[in-house]
Amino acid sequence: MSARRSWRKLVNAVMFFITGLCAAAAVFILLFILGYLVYFGGRSLNWSFLTELPKPVGESGGGMANAIVGTGKLLLLAALIGVPIGLLGGIYTAEFSGRIAAWLVRYTADLLSGVPSIVIGIFAYTLVVIPMRHFSILAGGIALGIMVIPATIRSTDQFLRSVPSTLREGALALGVSYWRAVATVVLPAALRGVITGSILALARVAGETAPLLFTAFSNRYWSPGWSQPTASLPVMIYTYAISPYDDWRRQAWAAALILLLLMLAINITVRYLLSSGKRMHS
Amino acid sequence: MTTSSITIGKLGTSKRLHIFINRCKNGDWLAHRITSLFAYTLLLLTALLVIELYRHSGPSIRSFGWSFFITRTWDPIAGQFGALPFIYGTLITSAIALLVAIPLGVGAAVFLAELAPREISDTLTFVIELLAAVPSVIYGLVGIFVLVPGMRDTVQPALKAVLGFLPLFRGPNYGVGLLSAGIVLAIMVLPFIISLSREALLAVPREQREGALAIGATRWEATWQVVMPGARLGIMGSILLALARALGETMAVTMVIGNNPKISASLLAPGYSIAAVIANEFTEATADLHLSALVELGLVLFLLTAIINGLGQLLIFATSGRGTKQE
Repeated sequence: MSARRSWRKLVNAVMFFITGLCAAAAVFILLFILGYLVYFGGRSLNWSFLTELPKPVGESGGGMANAIVGTGKLLLLAALIGVPIGLLGGIYTAEFSGRIAAWLVRYTADLLSGVPSIVIGIFAYTLVVIPMRHFSILAGGIALGIMVIPATIRSTDQFLRSVPSTLREGALALGVSYWRAVATVVLPAALRGVITGSILALARVAGETAPLLFTAFSNRYWSPGWSQPTASLPVMIYTYAISPYDDWRRQAWAAALILLLLMLAINITVRYLLSSGKRMHS
Repeated sequence: MTTSSITIGKLGTSKRLHIFINRCKNGDWLAHRITSLFAYTLLLLTALLVIELYRHSGPSIRSFGWSFFITRTWDPIAGQFGALPFIYGTLITSAIALLVAIPLGVGAAVFLAELAPREISDTLTFVIELLAAVPSVIYGLVGIFVLVPGMRDTVQPALKAVLGFLPLFRGPNYGVGLLSAGIVLAIMVLPFIISLSREALLAVPREQREGALAIGATRWEATWQVVMPGARLGIMGSILLALARALGETMAVTMVIGNNPKISASLLAPGYSIAAVIANEFTEATADLHLSALVELGLVLFLLTAIINGLGQLLIFATSGRGTKQE
């Protein structure tokens, strides 16, 4: 009996150890990637990397200023396209729609968010690049914007629904119309979650490469306006990483470091804001 | 829609306009209409996505029909396109990814949900969720410079020495190939399996755990014999969602798979995946048929991931919302 009991305790301890090791392995991967990029990317990160254009092949130095601006412009377009549709669509789903329409929107949002990003790239290509006959920032921004929509709809919908119905009823009992109750009571109550949800959706597409390959394409120079192809950080990382030149590879590490730090900073800030918001409510 | 219908119908124009203006004064009606317009944009876009993919794969579908899926040649110059090498590469790399990621991911989820102390679990969960935010091109970058040399110099020679009698581990050793791509994919889907499986485990009612512990089970026995069976469907759902991600993942795979449209029994051999060939050849495709074949590959990828995602979500939906997870 006691032998059996110590055996069971041993199994318990061993499984605790093994599963803990699995979790530790996952955490180790993140720390490794971060450490690797800080070590190798940090060394090639300097002022000219942030402010200069790429140099021609063979010349060392130069930077990715055009790619940084390009990513900024792409994200601006993605936000202009994706966030309004996502926010208002989410408000519709949570507050105004019937049961079937809400199900349909949620189902479609999940479907679209599961579509591989390269397929979204093909879609934007057929939608924008073929009629315009050339690659453009616009096409890239539309591709990213389409990817922002489902995530924003789902998070807006979710945060609005988590607002207690007593708040809605209280406003309605005071005699305001339903849309006013939504606009002045429900939406402000969920605002923190709704905004952070959109920011997270944008942060996620900031690192997308595949949908940009044949929409925004790439560019070794500045791309003024919205109808020219543009460089972007993720595509530059890809192009430089698979290149045979050491100098380009070093720059790929530096660009990856910038992108990763940006992602981590946004994610950590947003999660912190959300969790402190939760504590305030309860 | 309303403006066009003003002039027709039995009612006079002014009467119709009057009704319309009155409705606009009703804020609820207007808000409902405006927001629904934006929500339906989503539906429209998704429908358009399917239509465009189908329309542009037309030439390829007409030329090759079903034989597209069983033809092994992919020769843009001769205008001969068969998807088999890409489908093979996609399925094999995803299978390797799941084989590696399921035990690791479910193990980690069990640790985080059931066995670890609360503070440790919260911190680790936070870090693992950050891992999901790392862009795929960065996984590819680290894959090229760390994983591929490591596989070429250490892991694959060892595999060949020990398991070389299997055809799976024969042939030249480049570092890039199906195995490397599968491992990068495993790392990428790991955070999804962990966080979704963890939620599935937490959704099992607490009373069931307490009951098992009360009759003398150890924590592991309670987890293995009581909680795990309850969370089985949810965990399967998380695996399906991870599979859909692995099938459609592009950049990291493109960077380490070797990009060679050959079907080889060896896992060490370079291969190709559906997403990778689209990424590599789309901008270079000058012939209409070539482009069309690539779009058809995109359509295949879309259908595959849509079906698997749908099943996964169904399973997760079936198990969520009945547990003790407090919100």
